[in-house]
Order: sequence, then C-alpha cells, then structure tokens
Amino acid sequence: MAQSITLKINGQSHTVEAEPDVPLLWVIREYLQLSGTKFGCGIAQCGACTVHVDGQPMRSCQLQVSRAVGREITTIEGIREDHPVKQAWIDIQVPQCGYCQSGQIMSAVALVEKNSNPSEDDIIQAMEGNLCRCGTYTRIKQAIYQAAEEVRNS
Amino acid sequence: MKSTIDRREFLTRTGFTLAVAVTPSGLKVFAMGETDTDSEGFQPTVWYTLSSDNQLTVMVNKVEMGQGTHTALPMIVADELDVKWEQVRIEQAPTRKQYYNPPQFTRMGTGGSGGVRSMYEPLRKAGAAGREMLTQAAANRWKVPVSECQTSESRVHHQTSGRSLPYGELLKEASQLPVPENPRLKDKSEFTIMGRPIPRLDIPAKVNGEAKFGIDIFVPGMLYGVVARSPVYGAEVQSYDEQAARAVPGVRHVVRVDTPEVQGSSFRHAGIAVCAETLDAAWRGRDALNIKWSPGESPTLSTESVDRDLVAGLEKQGLSARSDGDVQGALGNAHQQVQAEYHLPYLSHATMEPMNCTVHVQPDRCDMWIATQGQSRNLDTAVELTGLKPEQVHVHTTYLGCGLGRRGRIDFGYEALQIGKAIEEPVKVIWTREEDIAYDLFRPGNSTRIKAALDKQGRVTAWSHKVVAPQFSVRQGSSIDTQATSGLTRLQYQIPNVSVDWVRLENPIPVTFWRSVGSSHNGFTVESFMDELAHAAGKDPLEFRLQHLKENPRLHGVLELVADKAGWGKSLTGAEGRGIAGYYSYRSYVAQVAEVSVDRRTGKVKVHRVVCAVDCGPHVNPDTIHAQMMGAITMGLSAAFKEKVQFADGGVKSLNFFDYHLLRMSESFPVEVHIVDSEDSIGGCGEPGLPPAAPAVANAIFNATGARLRRLPMTPEQVLQALKQV
Repeated sequence: MAQSITLKINGQSHTVEAEPDVPLLWVIREYLQLSGTKFGCGIAQCGACTVHVDGQPMRSCQLQVSRAVGREITTIEGIREDHPVKQAWIDIQVPQCGYCQSGQIMSAVALVEKNSNPSEDDIIQAMEGNLCRCGTYTRIKQAIYQAAEEVRNS
Repeated sequence: MKSTIDRREFLTRTGFTLAVAVTPSGLKVFAMGETDTDSEGFQPTVWYTLSSDNQLTVMVNKVEMGQGTHTALPMIVADELDVKWEQVRIEQAPTRKQYYNPPQFTRMGTGGSGGVRSMYEPLRKAGAAGREMLTQAAANRWKVPVSECQTSESRVHHQTSGRSLPYGELLKEASQLPVPENPRLKDKSEFTIMGRPIPRLDIPAKVNGEAKFGIDIFVPGMLYGVVARSPVYGAEVQSYDEQAARAVPGVRHVVRVDTPEVQGSSFRHAGIAVCAETLDAAWRGRDALNIKWSPGESPTLSTESVDRDLVAGLEKQGLSARSDGDVQGALGNAHQQVQAEYHLPYLSHATMEPMNCTVHVQPDRCDMWIATQGQSRNLDTAVELTGLKPEQVHVHTTYLGCGLGRRGRIDFGYEALQIGKAIEEPVKVIWTREEDIAYDLFRPGNSTRIKAALDKQGRVTAWSHKVVAPQFSVRQGSSIDTQATSGLTRLQYQIPNVSVDWVRLENPIPVTFWRSVGSSHNGFTVESFMDELAHAAGKDPLEFRLQHLKENPRLHGVLELVADKAGWGKSLTGAEGRGIAGYYSYRSYVAQVAEVSVDRRTGKVKVHRVVCAVDCGPHVNPDTIHAQMMGAITMGLSAAFKEKVQFADGGVKSLNFFDYHLLRMSESFPVEVHIVDSEDSIGGCGEPGLPPAAPAVANAIFNATGARLRRLPMTPEQVLQALKQV
C-alpha cells in the first residue's frame, strides 16, 4: 500500500505517496522530478544513480525509499556549483554524452571529501562501479587529481 | 562581386540559400525559399539569427550525443561571421524540413560521423555571407570602399578613420543588401575560433545535473508505460490476464503493441504495454499480465549455434563484392601463401541511457520527446501511425545518453507512438537495462577468412577475403551488403589481385549500425592480417604497411606520424609489446600504436597506452577530436576485451552489466592524440578512431608473446589458449 513518506533531500523536506519498497532512485527522479540522478541498470552495476546518503555514496536503485527516511540525501543538484569536483569536470572537459556523469561526480565528491590525496588505486577503488560508455575514464582520473589538489589547498 | 542569388542555382551548387529580412529581434539570415512565393516544394533553411544586442543564435540541426556537435557547428558560423564566441548560443533546430540535412533536405538525422563533415561548408558560407553584408552596410554608411573595412569580434572597423560599429547597429541596413552568392571564405590563417580547444557549451549543464535527456522529460498528467515483449525471437502472445493487470492500483491502460519490421531480419518483439500513474505500478501491472507466449521461431538459436553458423559460412560460396585481377593465379604463383580466420561476436550498444520515449497523441496534434539520431524518421512514423499532417507532429529532440547507432532506429519511438495513440494521454515509456539489451539490434557477428600471396620481395600480390555476416544494409540495385564488406571493396593497400566475397548469415537476430559499423569488424581482420603478413614476410609491421601505401599519402602519413610519436622501433619502458594498425573510415585516416603487457599466468592483458594519429582534414575543435578518439578507442577495446552478446533458447541470454561487461576504470589507459595539420578533404571523427584499436592491441600482444588473437573478445581464457599455441 502506498504511504506518505517524507524524505530530506539536499536539505529540503519532500513528502510523497509511494509504496515503501520503491527504490529511492525512482522517487527522486520520477516522483520528485530531480532528474539529474540517472537510471542505468537498476541493479547497482553501473553507478549512474549514485547519491549520498548520510555522506556515503550509495546506489539509489538499491535502497528502498522507506529505508531512506530520516537520512540526509544529497543528489547532484545538491552539490554546490563551485565544488572543486564540478569545477575540475568543466576544466578537464570530462563529459561526453554526460548521462553517467552525475553518478561519476557523486562518487568523486565522496572520494575527495574523505581523501584529498588519493592514489591511483584509491581512485579506481572509488570509481570502479561507475560505468562510462563514452570512455571518459582517463579524463575522470585527471579531474579527480585536480579536484583533490584543490580540496587539499583550500 | 555580388549578385542577387538565383534560388534554384544556389540550391544546386551549395544545397542552401540565403536571404535576409529584418525581424523584431534583428537580422535574420535564412533561405530564399522562406520568402519565395512560388511553390516548388522546397522549404526554407535557417541557420542563425543575429540580434541587435550582438547575440548570435545558431540553429543546430545535429543531435548532441557526446560528440561535441553542439559546440563545433556554432564555432564554424561564429568564426566566419566574426562574432565574439562569448556571444554565441545555440538552439536545437526543430524537426522541420528547412533544417533537414543539406544538400538534399530529405531527412534529419545524425550519424555516420557526418555532423561537422556535412555542415562545414554550408555553415561557413552562411557565416561568410552575413559577414560580407554587415561589412558592406558599414562601408555604405561611412561612404568608404568596402575593401578598407575589416571585421572582428562582432564589429566592423574602418582602420584609416578609426571608426568602428557593432554588428547590432548595422542589421537593418545589412538586411536590405543583396546576399552574396559566393562569399569569400576565410583563409585558415584568419580563423579565430576554429582550430582552438573551445570548451563545450553543453558541459556545464551535464555537470550540474540539469541537462535533459529523453528520460528526463515530464509532461503534466503523464502516465508511465512499460512493455512486456516477446521473450524469444518470433514468439507471439497466446493469452494474458488483462483484468489482473488492470486490478493493480495505479494501472490505467493495457494496450497491445507491435514493432516495425527490421530490414534483413524476421524478428519482431510484439508485446503488451501497461500504462500506470507511476513506473512501479506499471511494472507491477506488467508482472500481473501472466502472458503465455508461443515458442518462437528458432528455439535452437544459441551462442553456440550462432558461432557454428558463422564458421560454417566460411565453407559456403559467397556473393562477389569485388574481383580485381587474377587472385587464384597469383595465389598459385605465390612465393608464400598465408591464411588466417577471424571470429567476432554480436555486440550490444549498451548506451548508458536505456531506450525511452515520451509521447502525447491528441486528435489534432502529436508531441514526441525522444533522444534520437533520426528525428525525421520518427516524424514520418508519427504521421503514418496517427494520420496527422507533418506540421501537426512535433518531434522534440533531447540530449542523447549516447547514440552509437542504436538511436538511429525508430523501434522505441514507434512503440511509444502506438501506446500514445491508443490511450490518448501523455505517456513516458521507459525500458529497463534488461530490455535495452534483449531488444537491442546488435552489431553483427562475423567470421572472416583471408588468404594472401607474398612474392619473394615480401610484397602482397593477392588478397582473397571472405566475410560471413548477416545482411542489414543492401543498396537498391545491388545484392551485396555494404556494411559487411565496408572498407574491403576499397581496401587501402595497393594489391594487384583482390577478391572479396560475402556469405550471408541467416538467423533472426536483428542488427544495426554500431559505432564504425562494418569497419568495426573489417578493421580488425584486415589490420590483424597485415600484421600476420608482415611477420610471414620477415618485415617490420610499419615498414610492411608503408610499402603497400605508396599511393596513399594520408594513411601513409598517419602511420608514420603515430610511429614517430610512439617511438616505434625504440625500446619500451614498462610495456612488453607494441602493435600498430591504421584504417580509413568515414573519410578520415587513423593510425594507432598500442603498448601492452601480458600476464602469462592469468591471461590478463594490460594496455599501457595508445598513441593515435588522425587526419580528418580541416578540424574545428581539437579537444573534441581528442575526446572522440579516446572514446572510440576505449569502446573499441571494451568490445575487444569484454563484449559478446549471449543467446540461448531462441532469444537473447545476456541480461545486464553483470553478464554483458563493459570496460571499467581499472582497465582504462592513457590515450595520446596527434592531429594532422591538413587542408585535405574533411572527414568524420566520431567513429574512425574505433577500427584500429582492437588490431593494434592484438598485434601488440603478438609482439609481446608471439600469441595471435584471432577471436574476439580477447578474454583471459582466449589469451591463455593462444599462448598455448605459441
């Protein structure tokens, strides 16, 4: 049965009528029309739907909406425009089609905020779950190094 | 010299016409046809508007799928028109005939690496015509010879007197001037925008999550549509429980749907659509349908049967696509004969954005929001399905979450239109990843046998090429599949005796364009075999290629350039082996050197780097070319190492990214791109980077280990098996 569910997304409170087992992804995207978070595979294999839940990167396609209640959810729209990761993505001209990039950026933000001096292995570990069909991996790596440096220096 | 253009003449020669008029927003340069009163049927063409505040709005008739066309096309106009890049914006051109692809204006679509290639000249001429008119207007006002006036950064200057006027103040006078028939195009040395790595206009929105892809469309009152389709090829619905689906809360409609025929295939995936207020309700409704399907038309179809049929095809008589000289005679007289067979799998597009389409069909209007490479085909389909007039159909183009050829097909639009027509409410039809793979139209599988003759000097005197592949692209009046034989009928190497035969593989698997299409398999077979021949002739693979390219300066040139940049012939650091390949496709010449090392115990291959040289003629945005080469190489190697669609029990067995693997970050590698400074004819950039990647790597593996990889994908198991045969 659909029930009233209140979520805190990007610091704002949103209430929806939804079945409790609907993946958070679809509530964010289709119920609330915060469409920056993307659907890619539905089974946590591609990372396109990555959001932060209480600061941790999570695949929103795998989290039932009822389990997101009371937690701090951040989507691509909630990352400030001048965030070093977003800036680096523009400087390095990372996106091609751009569809996977919200998820890439969310994974990268979580990484550099936890570790502002990541090794190549750290980057791979954080980003391995994010697929990109356009083949932007090398630029993603470059952008993460730049963003991390920015975070270190700030 | 200026004269008033004659519409018909200008059309014939350039494919577009220009005329001017003053609009409230300023000077509008557009087609003569738009102001024409005769009714010859040609629709006007509008490429840009310049407004009184000097804002240039370029109408872009190509879709943005990551290839940078939304930036490259306005760069062309802005440079010729001499406006400040900061004052340029774009609009996606609506699906209307005046924006269809010049010079024919019969369809609107994006593909074949043709965006910049086809629009380069029309847009340069459009920009240059505007520049000349604005310059003339200023000269008239100042009463000075036009030859004393120059333009830069949206202004006309008269150096002698030091006067200067912004374009915005000249619009009205310029618009009253005749349109130059043949405006002077800038010399390359005068370019201020083209040739520079201009940041892409679409990137900020793609970084902020604001970019709207097909799946991001929301129409007030919209329902969600999902479809249950044939689980195996040819299966038909025998029974289903409509009532049970309708009983699911939120479900509003249950509709029978069909799919259009696919050339070269008997496949269809007929099905039943469920429309509901939410996506999850639509899925629950679909689960409740409890459909009984007929067994399908080829229950024994499987990966093994497909592979077996491909190999068996090599023993069949093919259709001759080319026969030059006396191949059999030359093979008989060979100093040495070399033969090899290659096998390539069916591949999925796996665009990150699964297929989807939003439609709203009303009695007097049809709206369609779709991430498509073929807007006019969708418009035509809507006209056909709804019975509305073309002007009542509005195909709205969104960003594409990759195209790769998949989005050139109309099946997903057709399906959504059928649903929209039946329910007469707005509906967003979304495919899951599993559906996106199962109902994909694939890159064809391919088996190839090449036989060649070498003379005493190590020259190739004969090349006999047999390719087994399904049919999907046969031109009228021909019986040969142009994609199966692409690049072979015009083999770049100078060989006196050449035969190319195509054996048609028969099965129900639908196929279509996949980045670089036929060249994605023929590039691998030709360039792997050239390497085998070089080895058999005891020659260096680079020297051997160059020896057969004496009359082909551009392919010769990129091979030499890439070899130089990669340090060909010098010792390697880090990597164990190095391989080279070069290929011509989409009018561009691309050569690559790959450096690899191979783990003999696990069979895992590490690509250390790929160096790439490209000659695409004049280039617009070098950073985009770098990105396209990098992307195409990555996709080529994703396929080469990991991808193979699995079939079972008459249908597709591959489900999602856990069993259809794509290359991930840990397997990525640096790509170095060198662009030839060329004034030669213009070529494309989206696809030509792909064909040389897999053979360069396979040749590098051979160089490192002596193992020859003739079967893709080069999984660790394949590599270990090849290593055993060394």
